[in-house]
Amino acid sequence: MVPLKRLFTSTLGRKYLMGASGFALVLFIVVHLLGNLTLYTGSGDAINTYAAKLDALGIGKLILELGLGLTILLHVVTAIQVTYSSKVARAVQYDAPKSKGGPTKNTVTTRNMIITGLVLLVFIVVHLIQFRFGPKIEDGYTANVSGVMVHDIYRVVVETFLDIKNVIFYVGSMFFLGFHFRHGFWSAFQSLGMLNPRWSKPIYCLGFIIAILLTVGFLFMPIYIYATQGGAQ
Amino acid sequence: MAAHTTSKTINIKLKIWRQESVKDAGRFEQYSLDNVLTNMSFLEMLDVLNEKLLKEGVRPVEFESDCREGICGTCSLMISGQAHGPVRGATTCQLYMRSFENNDTITIEPWRAKAFPVVRDLVTDRRAFDRIQMAGGYTGAKTGPHADANAILVPKDLADRAMDAAACIGCGACVAACPNASASLFTSAKIAQLSLLPQGHPQRKERAIRMVGQMDKEGFGSCSNLQECEAACPKKISIQNIAIMKREYLFAALAANFREGMGSADGGA
Ligand code: HEM
Ligand code: FES
Repeated sequence: MVPLKRLFTSTLGRKYLMGASGFALVLFIVVHLLGNLTLYTGSGDAINTYAAKLDALGIGKLILELGLGLTILLHVVTAIQVTYSSKVARAVQYDAPKSKGGPTKNTVTTRNMIITGLVLLVFIVVHLIQFRFGPKIEDGYTANVSGVMVHDIYRVVVETFLDIKNVIFYVGSMFFLGFHFRHGFWSAFQSLGMLNPRWSKPIYCLGFIIAILLTVGFLFMPIYIYATQGGAQ
Repeated sequence: MAAHTTSKTINIKLKIWRQESVKDAGRFEQYSLDNVLTNMSFLEMLDVLNEKLLKEGVRPVEFESDCREGICGTCSLMISGQAHGPVRGATTCQLYMRSFENNDTITIEPWRAKAFPVVRDLVTDRRAFDRIQMAGGYTGAKTGPHADANAILVPKDLADRAMDAAACIGCGACVAACPNASASLFTSAKIAQLSLLPQGHPQRKERAIRMVGQMDKEGFGSCSNLQECEAACPKKISIQNIAIMKREYLFAALAANFREGMGSADGGA
């Protein structure tokens, strides 16, 4: 018997992995928002300084990136397994299923976490191509921050969001993030067996609030850049 | 007929799932039933329908019932897309025709889950629940004369929570209502009911591993924390029990890795 293997391939085990990877992604995305808030200062210095500090971590940054990549991979793989096994378990659908209300969290968005999740996956890939693997120092994207030459990530951001197509894509994706997060935050606690009736509501409300803050915080970045920098061009 | 003077009558249309056997494809059939007394229970309405079908030479609709007072969990109908119909905290046999309006079309389907194959019409094979229960839903008690009632002291809140979990009648509405056909609420109620109490502690780890193992083997889906099961449960059993099951199973499975001889506690998978 291999209990560990069975633990993480059982229906409960997969949800432990989903919950744990979900928590890690929650932590990441909150830090990501806080860092990116520097964009709202209106000049590139703050975000370029922040990015330079991250770059200065060297191998440490690479390890963090790899960890994040593996976390996303784990989250996506278990998400597909969980969704697939559930589709198999309910092979024949009801004529017109209807929620019984009360305590239920059964809605279009919570039932379709795989859809909001896959949209996020597409977003993540596009986002990485545009920024992580976008123009580098070598391509002439340099900035001067207190006398030091650093990568001008701000210019990459501005150039991306001068294109209205990118603005629409980013703004639209953030709604999916909001809905995914609203159910996900609370759900991760329950998946790991950490909820009881007393904490259920407060945790759900906290997740809801963070979801709104994340959505609004990220959503206005492209709009802000487009509105303020677009005219200057 | 004094008892009936307060009862209105309604005319209804029924759209009922008919299926000859497990192998048959099955289909919906339409029936109409006039002058249905609103004080009738839902199952009495089906009895009336079946009498009518018998007179017409049509095979009656197969459905299950036993106690008809909400304690046995035998009745199990998906009524217009809701397990046990529109009323929360009630079984199908506790549902009355006054919950419906004149000229309503009522759709009646069997529980839908791979683990609950349709035997005929609205009857499903729910023995998967029995097998989960048999895998570990018991305590190893000494037989012999009755022990003194208070020989083992149980804190009141634990006794209450165990009692709430024990209200499960095993009807399967949780599986039926869950978009994933997950049996998490049933299995967790059975695990929590015993594991919360001192009497259940000796087999606590083994129980969690075996019952969850059997649940997975039966082909139920995984829990997406939608809480629709709690909404549909005629006994309003809380998903807190699912959180308890998650803890019980995690600790049991981790402990199994650090202990020898746990091969026997794996449900034979
Ligand atoms: C920044 C990105 C993301 C964050 C912050 C995030 C967060 C979360 C959290 C916290 C949960 C709850 C876990 C649980 O129920 O135990 C969750 C569930 C889920 N996530 Fe994500 N996620 C992200 C990206 C994705 C992606 C890219 C996918 C792609 C498939 C995905 C698919 C899912 C699915 C299907 C569930 C629900 C699983 C179920 O039905 O039980 N997520 N997510
Ligand atoms: S027939 Fe016993 S619960 Fe409905």
